[in-house]
Parts: sequence; C-alpha cells; structure tokens
Amino acid sequence: MSQEKRGQSLSRRHFIAGTAAGGLAVASGTIVMPHVARAASPVKVGIIHPVTGGVSYSGNQGRAGAMMAVDDINAAGGIKSLGGAKIDALLADAQSKADVGAAQIEKYNDAGVSAVVGGYASFICLATTQAAAKHGIPYVVDVGTDDRIVKAGLKNTFRFSPGYGVFVDTAIKSLDQINTAAGKPAKTAVIVHEDSAFGTGTAKLLQKQLGGIGINVLEVMKHPTPNLDFNNIVLRIKAVNPDLVIPADYYNEYVLVARTMLQQKVRPKAIYSVLGGAASQYKFVKEFPQAAAYIMDCNHWYNPHKEAAQALRKKIEAKGLFYTYEVFLNYEAVMLLADAIERAASTDRAKIIDALAASEWAGHFMPYGPTKFVDGQNTGARAVNLQVQDNDIKVILPPEFANAKPIFPMPA
Amino acid sequence: MVEAAIVVPAILNGLTTGAVYALVALGLTLIYGVLHIINFAHGALLMVALYGVYFLNATVGIDPYLALPVMIPGMFALGYLLQRYVIGRAGRGKDENVMLVTLGLAIVIENLALYLWSSDTRTIETPYSFSTVDLGVALIAVPKVIAFFGALVVTILLWALMRWTDLGKAIRALAKERRGAQLVGINVDHLYAMSFGIGIACLGAAACLLLPSYYASPHIGSAFVLIAFTIVVLGGMGSTVGALVGGLIIGVTESLGGLFMGESLGKIGVFIIFIAVLLFRPTGLFGQKA
Repeated sequence: MSQEKRGQSLSRRHFIAGTAAGGLAVASGTIVMPHVARAASPVKVGIIHPVTGGVSYSGNQGRAGAMMAVDDINAAGGIKSLGGAKIDALLADAQSKADVGAAQIEKYNDAGVSAVVGGYASFICLATTQAAAKHGIPYVVDVGTDDRIVKAGLKNTFRFSPGYGVFVDTAIKSLDQINTAAGKPAKTAVIVHEDSAFGTGTAKLLQKQLGGIGINVLEVMKHPTPNLDFNNIVLRIKAVNPDLVIPADYYNEYVLVARTMLQQKVRPKAIYSVLGGAASQYKFVKEFPQAAAYIMDCNHWYNPHKEAAQALRKKIEAKGLFYTYEVFLNYEAVMLLADAIERAASTDRAKIIDALAASEWAGHFMPYGPTKFVDGQNTGARAVNLQVQDNDIKVILPPEFANAKPIFPMPA
Repeated sequence: MVEAAIVVPAILNGLTTGAVYALVALGLTLIYGVLHIINFAHGALLMVALYGVYFLNATVGIDPYLALPVMIPGMFALGYLLQRYVIGRAGRGKDENVMLVTLGLAIVIENLALYLWSSDTRTIETPYSFSTVDLGVALIAVPKVIAFFGALVVTILLWALMRWTDLGKAIRALAKERRGAQLVGINVDHLYAMSFGIGIACLGAAACLLLPSYYASPHIGSAFVLIAFTIVVLGGMGSTVGALVGGLIIGVTESLGGLFMGESLGKIGVFIIFIAVLLFRPTGLFGQKA
C-alpha cells in the first residue's frame, strides 16, 4: 500500500467510503499501485479498534500495530497464493462500546470482508466475535483476555495471545519460583485494586491462590477509578508493612500508587502485578524511572531474542509511539491471519476459518511455540514475567526467553 | 488498626488537598456570587489549564510554578473573552440560558480536548516530584506543601483584591445590586467579564499547583468540579473565606473517610456534608441570606 493510500485509510472516512461505495475504494487502491499484479484483487480485512472513548489510547496503539503489519505484508508482495493480492484494510472504530463494535461488524459484512482482526477490550471482543460468527466471518482477537471469548463455542473466533486464566496461573507459579529462589523472604502481601470488574476479579483470584504458595494476604484495599490521591492507601500499607504490594489497577492509578509509595518511602520487598496497568509500559518507565524501578509484572510480551521484535520496536518508536503490547499483539494477529489466507489460497471466509483452525504458524516473534488452536484458543500462547531494570523492561521468566535475572528483593 | 501515626499524616494530607480544592471552588464561588450562575464549564476549564501547564513544561521546559505568571493572565484572558463574547451573548441575560451555555461549553471543550490531545494522560516530572518534607509525624510531598501555601496566598490576594481595590468594590456593588451599579456608572458587561476572568484565573493558579503531583487528561475536570460545588455550598455561595474553610474541611473529611471506610466508600462523607448543609444551613457557613 502506498504512503498516500495509507494516510487515507487511517481515517474512518476510508471505511465509510469502503462500505458505502463498495468496490470504489478497492479500485482506487489498484490504480495507485501500478506494480501490483493486475489479476489480483485485494483481500478485504476489517481492522477494528476502540480509537475513541475510554480505552482509546490502547485502541490507537492497536491500530498502529495492525497497520504496520498490513504495510509490511503488502510491501513484501502481498498474498502470494492469490497472485500477490494486497491486503486492503478497512478501519473501524468501536468507540469503546460493545454495541458500536457489533454494529461495525454488520457494516463489514455488507462490505464483504474476508476476515476481521482486533477488538482490544474483552467486552468489545465478546460482542464483535458473536456478531462476526453470525455471518461466518473469521475473527482474530488481538488482546481480549477474558476467557469467555473463546469459551462461547464460536467456530470463527481465534485468539493468538493467552487468556486471563493463564496469566493468573503463570503469575502465581512465577512468584513462587522467584520467592523460593531467593530463600522465601516474602511471606505477606497487600493487594490494592480498583473496584470494577478487572481489579476486583484479579484481587479475588490472587487472594485465593496466594495462600497456596505460603503468602499471607494481610489486607485488600480497594479504591474507585479515577482516584485522585493515594496517600491514605499508602499510609495503610506502611502501617501493615507487607513484604509484597500487589496492585491491580489501570494505568493512571498504578502510576499514582507507585509514585506515592516512593514519596512516602514505602519500600516492600517487591511490587508485583498481573496485567499491571503501568508495570509493562515504556511510557511509565520513561516518565517515572525511579518509581518504576524493579516493579515485576506478568503480562503479554515479545521474545526479546527475536530480531523482528526489536526491528518493529525501532519502527514504532521512530513514529513517536510507545512499543506497547497492543502494538505487537496486533501486528502478530494480522500476520497470523495473512499466513492463514496464504495457505487457504482463497478469500472465502469458510476456507480461511479452516486454515486458521489448522494453523501451525511459527513465524512470529512472541515467546510462544507454533500456533495450535483448540476451540479457538492458541494453546501455545504463554504469559511471561517482566521486571523494570536499567530503565528498560526485561523478561525474567521463563528462562528460555529471559534477557535478565530477577532482582528480588528489590534494593532498598 | 488505625492509629495516630496514620491519622495525623492523613489529616495533613487532607489539608493540602483541601487547599487546592479551595482554589478551584474560589473561582466557582466568585462567579456565582457576582453573576449568579453556576459555571458548569469550570471543570473543563481547569482541564484546559492543566494542559496549558503541561504543554508549557513539555515544549518550552517551563517549571509548573514558574508558569504561574503565564497561566494566571492567560486563563484570565480566556475567561474574560468567554464571558464577554460567548456566555454573555448567548445567555441574553437569562440565568437558565447561561447555565445551559456553560454546560454546552463544558461538553465542547472536553470533546475538543479528546480530539486534539487524545484520552492519553499527561504527567510531568520535576526534580522535586519525589521530595518530601519530614515533619516528624508525617512525610508530606514537597509539591503538596507548595500547593497548600500557594493556595493560601492566592486566596488572601483575592480577598484583598475584593476588599480594598476599586475593582473589588465595583464587583461587590454589582453582585449586590446590578441596576444600582449601572446607575453609578459601572460598566456591567465589562465587570461581569472581569469577574468571570478572575474566577477562571484561579483555575490557572490551581493547575500550576496541581500538575506536579497529578496528571492532565480530558475528563479530569469532573473529578474536581463535584467537590468544588460541595465546597461552595458548604462555605456559602459567593464567600471567599467560606471557600477556603470549606475546602479544608472537605479535604480532611475526604482523607479521613478514605482512611476509615476505604477509598471507594470514603467519599460518602463529602456528600453527607453536602446534604446536611442543604438541609440544616442552606446559606452555608459564611453565606448571607439572598
């Protein structure tokens, strides 16, 4: 896709034009790309994200990652089994609302897309995958960690990355491993969580499982989002004096908790989180290196030993964006789909679904094995443990993907 | 479980937070006292001020406290122009119109911010971001201490301005009796705009004092504005001293509420005060009967 075309397609206008005028956008696509094999008509792929509304930061990051993949695929000669057909990305905005997401899928169906990628938030993915299933549109979920997404028995839905259950299991096992290796210095914990579904759910699961690895939860402190001031919570943490502080918060509150702890000189043996709002974000590390130092998190991450992952990071950072998990998960989701279309050698939805279901794709840069889908979930997908070290985010577990050793307890 | 070692720092924290709340409420109460309108755009304008401070720091590298001489006149000018050319005109002298105009402004400003700056939160780091003052009984963050005294100074200055300057006298005259003020030669439109401008200038000061320990995002205003309304009701509509005392009371109530009942439930104390004041002392602590 040429630069000019891409600029156009980054706006919603492109999608509206695509749906309203049908083949017109496609025709203009082939006109501006004279080097394309003339016989190959583009493969229409819907790229949907919440680019406005409450989770728009993540949505925009996801869209940037997906578009980077589309550009790379097209620049490398498109889908070869379809005579070098380019991918024509139809962009849609779910507006951080489930019903809007579902309505966009209906438009995609009218526009004749071969597949859809994206969704980002679990509540959006739950709605969009259902809507796509109705029309038999293959759907690759980019992030959506809620396990109900792949447990609804939808034949069209595929999730490349791990779900919530995997994260909690991995987080508990890794914590035990790190703690045991250090001679079990951590015996107590305090959980700080925001009071909506994400924070409350995480807190409950952790509270149940921490006892099993010999860690006593002293107190669970909840707060609303947004919360202006964390001094009270941090004072209470100070009074209880736990070995571990476990925040289950979205980005802003996570940052405020860490900053206030630093200010009030509260230094537990570790700050440890699962899908922590800020812990695995370069933005946090760059803006508050002191507060972020040594925080451990169990999250989505790329395999740091893969060249392609680092190359993509450079490209994203050159655009002035942070290399967040939304970016690389979307990049890989589009690549996974392209591999399936390549093998299906067809734009037919049912054939692409079959190709995805049989996928054994190993060309990715994630710390996963080759893809193997069982009921739409990639069973090869794994969560990794990360730690902020030397103003960077390092993988500390599992050892085969690690590029640093855990520093625990953290230096005073 | 909750002992003095936590309660004292919580009260001190509440006082520092309360002082900044007071500054936000000060603008609101001044605008109400003179124009007799509730400015629903107050939160949105605070958000604009926070972004102003952020961009001054991010692009030109101006320290948030040194941004005070830029932000106060800047926000004053914005407030003056808004009242003179948008709110005043669209309101056509009817209070209910004015209220709707400010509500509309709030929606437009917030969505414009979302469009221009995205919902991404912006924070700044200063050399003193993590410094604390050790009072023996508590560690208080340096930005909060500065915010506390800064807010006190601004409140005293505003009080002095209203009390002893010709401008202050004219504004007070206008607040009491519009027709009378007009008869003695006070330019009503100009003074309404001046009052609105001064009220919004308070937000400029509040933003400079807030940002070192807080963040800017398009929806941040709503978090402050509800509390500011409560303070105005508690302190008495239109009262400068009331806004300060009310702000400090609300700050401490919120802080202790959070400590004893948890952050989710703790804010209930603020709204219990709100309802109690409306029921038992509708004029507020320092308010006069209309």
